[in-house]
Amino acid sequence: MAGNLQSLLDSRHISDPAIIGIHTGGAWIAEQIHQQLRPEQPLGTLNITFYRDDFTRIGLHPQVEPSNLPFSVDDRHIVLVDDVLHTGRTIRAAMNEIFDYGRPASIILAVLVERSGRELPVCAEVAGERLNLAAHQHVKLTGPDPLVLLIQESK
Amino acid sequence: MKRQDIQCDSQGQLRHFLTIEGHKRETLTQILDTAENFITVGNQPVKKVPLLRGKTIVNLFFESSTRTRTTFELAAKRLSADVLNVNISTSSTSKGESLLDMLHNLEAMHCDMFVVRHEQSGAAHFIAQHVAPHISIINAGDGRHAHPTQAMLDVFTIRRHKPDFTALRVAIVGDLMHSRVARSQIHALNTLGVPEVRAIGPCTLIPPYLQQMGVHVYNDVREGLKDVDVVIMLRLQRERMDGALLPSELEYFQTYGLTQEKLALAKPDAIVMHPGPINRGVEIESSVADGPQSVILEQVSNGIAVRMAVMSVVLGRKPSGEEGEA
Repeated sequence: MAGNLQSLLDSRHISDPAIIGIHTGGAWIAEQIHQQLRPEQPLGTLNITFYRDDFTRIGLHPQVEPSNLPFSVDDRHIVLVDDVLHTGRTIRAAMNEIFDYGRPASIILAVLVERSGRELPVCAEVAGERLNLAAHQHVKLTGPDPLVLLIQESK
Repeated sequence: MKRQDIQCDSQGQLRHFLTIEGHKRETLTQILDTAENFITVGNQPVKKVPLLRGKTIVNLFFESSTRTRTTFELAAKRLSADVLNVNISTSSTSKGESLLDMLHNLEAMHCDMFVVRHEQSGAAHFIAQHVAPHISIINAGDGRHAHPTQAMLDVFTIRRHKPDFTALRVAIVGDLMHSRVARSQIHALNTLGVPEVRAIGPCTLIPPYLQQMGVHVYNDVREGLKDVDVVIMLRLQRERMDGALLPSELEYFQTYGLTQEKLALAKPDAIVMHPGPINRGVEIESSVADGPQSVILEQVSNGIAVRMAVMSVVLGRKPSGEEGEA
């Protein structure tokens, strides 16, 4: 996955990307990618809790670490990393949040697993795995050490 | 009905925030943890999150308070809510309309939350008992009774400097008799597991019920400040004093005012707090208020994050029968 991402960055002549992982699973994957690619910018993390579109339906989610973007987003090429791309709503929320920090030059979406079930026009440019799953099946990443990918059946 | 019962719905989720009393440690911790995440919003170029977009929050201030109203307004706006500030002195209640009629009119405008400040103790509870089920009430200070969001921002500020509540000695100094803030602070500190809370002040400004709340009372300020981790100074509430409870402000400052010399009795890393507005030279010396141990301005900043947290926890109640998406 890191190799494919590096090839994509090279093809676009992006030498200094900023990597941002979405809490919680995306941040674990982003940390590993960051260690392998070693970009100049420190790792950023996003907590999209306050940007979800389902707040009025499901209430406030349990809290995780707050967002931390230790670099300017303006005019920067961003690699946004998540563990699973499913409906696309998390990525939409993450992009909304990034734009509240500034105007990036571009955003590349890299995910560990891209699964079926999209509800918004969002696709990953780099995916470790692409899976066709039934609606009642769920992909879950546990971690951070070791990182384990599970496919579960909903009850 | 017990007063605290009205604050939670049948699932135990926070519906109104009227007082600290009766809340579990988990509820207060949830608010503090949520506030921690909102701190970063104030540092973003766009100081706003879309959480309460479409919600309408009404600031009902029957008692004037620029600072508290402003922080509630800013908190609501940073959550993307629409905010109405109702100035009661010029509202229709002064034209003879009853309070309940005014509330029902605001309900009919599809409001979601009332932030209530009132000079009478129990006013927020009264309103909470009479509003429509979909409306939440936050108490922004009622009489001598409670000021729960101020207490939450105070314990939030303490936690940012001294994360282990179970190892703290906290002194509250001054006019505890008239202070709704102090009452709420004591309840919050007790609930969060602070083992020693001290009340320091003249006999005339220390209410008799404090010892029943587990508070250690000191009339000698030097004795009371020894080895404390946190010093919370209170405002001398001259407007609430009916009789001559104090000989003079000068004498009060000389006896109870926080000076560098008195602060030196506390632990070297003790923090100094004040809910504001400060009466310099009455409760606190300027060099202490502006000194390195003072976190008074941090309290103001933290007040916005904590009020954002309370609003979002209250309005973010999960409707019954629905499960969260993974």
